[in-house]
Amino acid sequence: MKRIYLDYAATTPTHPDVVEAMLPYFHDYFGNPSSIYSYGQEAKGAIEKAREQVATLINARDEEIVFTSGGTEADNFAIEGVAFSDPERRHIITSTIEHHAVIETCKFLESRGFEVTYLPVDSDGLVDPDDARKAITGKTCLISIMHANNEIGTIQPIVELAAIAREAGVYFHTDAVQTTGQLPIDVSDLGVDLLSISAHKLYGPKGIGALYIRKGTKLVPFMHGGGQERNRRGSTENVPGIVGFGKATEIALKSMGSEIERQTGLRDRLIKGIPEQINGVRLNGHPTMRLPNNVNVSIDYVEGESMLLNLDLENICASTGSACSSSSLEASHVLLALGLGHEQAHSSLRFTMGKWTTEEDIDRVMEVLPGIVNRLRAMSPLLKSQK
Amino acid sequence: MTDIQSLYSEKVMEHFRNPRNVGEMENPDGTGHVGNPICGDIMELYVRIKDNVITDAKFKTFGCGAAIATSSMVTEMVIGKTIDEALEISNKTVAEALGGLPAAKMHCSVLAEDALRSAIEDYRSKQKKGKSKAKKK
Repeated sequence: MKRIYLDYAATTPTHPDVVEAMLPYFHDYFGNPSSIYSYGQEAKGAIEKAREQVATLINARDEEIVFTSGGTEADNFAIEGVAFSDPERRHIITSTIEHHAVIETCKFLESRGFEVTYLPVDSDGLVDPDDARKAITGKTCLISIMHANNEIGTIQPIVELAAIAREAGVYFHTDAVQTTGQLPIDVSDLGVDLLSISAHKLYGPKGIGALYIRKGTKLVPFMHGGGQERNRRGSTENVPGIVGFGKATEIALKSMGSEIERQTGLRDRLIKGIPEQINGVRLNGHPTMRLPNNVNVSIDYVEGESMLLNLDLENICASTGSACSSSSLEASHVLLALGLGHEQAHSSLRFTMGKWTTEEDIDRVMEVLPGIVNRLRAMSPLLKSQK
Repeated sequence: MTDIQSLYSEKVMEHFRNPRNVGEMENPDGTGHVGNPICGDIMELYVRIKDNVITDAKFKTFGCGAAIATSSMVTEMVIGKTIDEALEISNKTVAEALGGLPAAKMHCSVLAEDALRSAIEDYRSKQKKGKSKAKKK
């Protein structure tokens, strides 16, 4: 039976054209970009071409792109880089629904004497810009709010938030791992100083990402080493990864418009279809200010992992915010931040679509999900049989 | 075998796919209602007891694959056992009977053991009440 992959927010398959673009850089053009002979210069040229491709996708200048090992490193780099650059300003503002790469970095800084304000979100997952404005003090060095949430898909009002930061003379960082390549991004329009990208979320390879650093932004280097990336990030460059990342951004730019429309259609069919066939369903995340490919629902009385297992038996791959499927055993901090009860957080199911998702895939989900839910509800102590 | 299924042993998946003794019981002799604060699982276990022997057991569980499989397994294990024999069942014996559980899921088997003990306690306290009522009369 064909496997149906509906977890594109976790990772995407590398595009075949991306793999093809990468291949020569493992053996034929294997040189160290720091070497002056031809092998080195070939590799260096390839990196600069990729830098231009990535910069074009977000309307940045080439020199504002620093390649990293991925989104997590970009987030760590942005936050620690700013935090350690001014000893007088040791306050950071972020939100309660950030990715762990941001939250854990902030917690680490708290343990080192920094002060962090975690802004709450409303029941749709939106940060209130007024809260951000009020949280700023003379000590604030950075505001970090994600562009779109990886679990619930809610898109934040970044333009408004970044303007507030700029007005106060505070740097603004956004984790755009879920949006880059999926939605049009223009760093000038957004008004951000720092923006994190991951290649494997946009059909590029794993182990490569980038941090956009607006020209003039002061931040300390993250990796100390041989002076690569204009002294900002030491380490011999991941040349094949960078080449693949560049190619992936080029493909994304071409297909974005039609994909947004197509995936939004698939998304809305599921959002509409699930509650038509199953009662007790809540959509998590904003109904409209939402990623084109994200569906996240809580289904009353049934636990997420047991739904995932049943879906997997039907060859459908999805995700959940239930504690039972995570190694930490804690329920999703994002769903709890929306005000959901623990049971509702445990009852969540996330489908994220992508380039290769078809109408038939969605039909198949609609075909099998009601039966799975009914079967699990029959054994749920939360749902007492009517007598 | 796909990822999520290779998390669990064949026996766990078999019980997950075909759980035994699912459902509520009318007028059970003992009910165990336990919740696991760590992962949010909830389990209800009902037992029928006659002449000190567990003659029937049923369960309802809100939880992951491991929680459902351990619930199913514990009902299968207790039926036909005396109360003392049933009390010897531990979370480890349930997990072993299932061919093992992933380390992160061992807490689910604790839930099954707790539910069983709580159902037997409930039966015993009902018995005591019954006896004291009988004496008063």
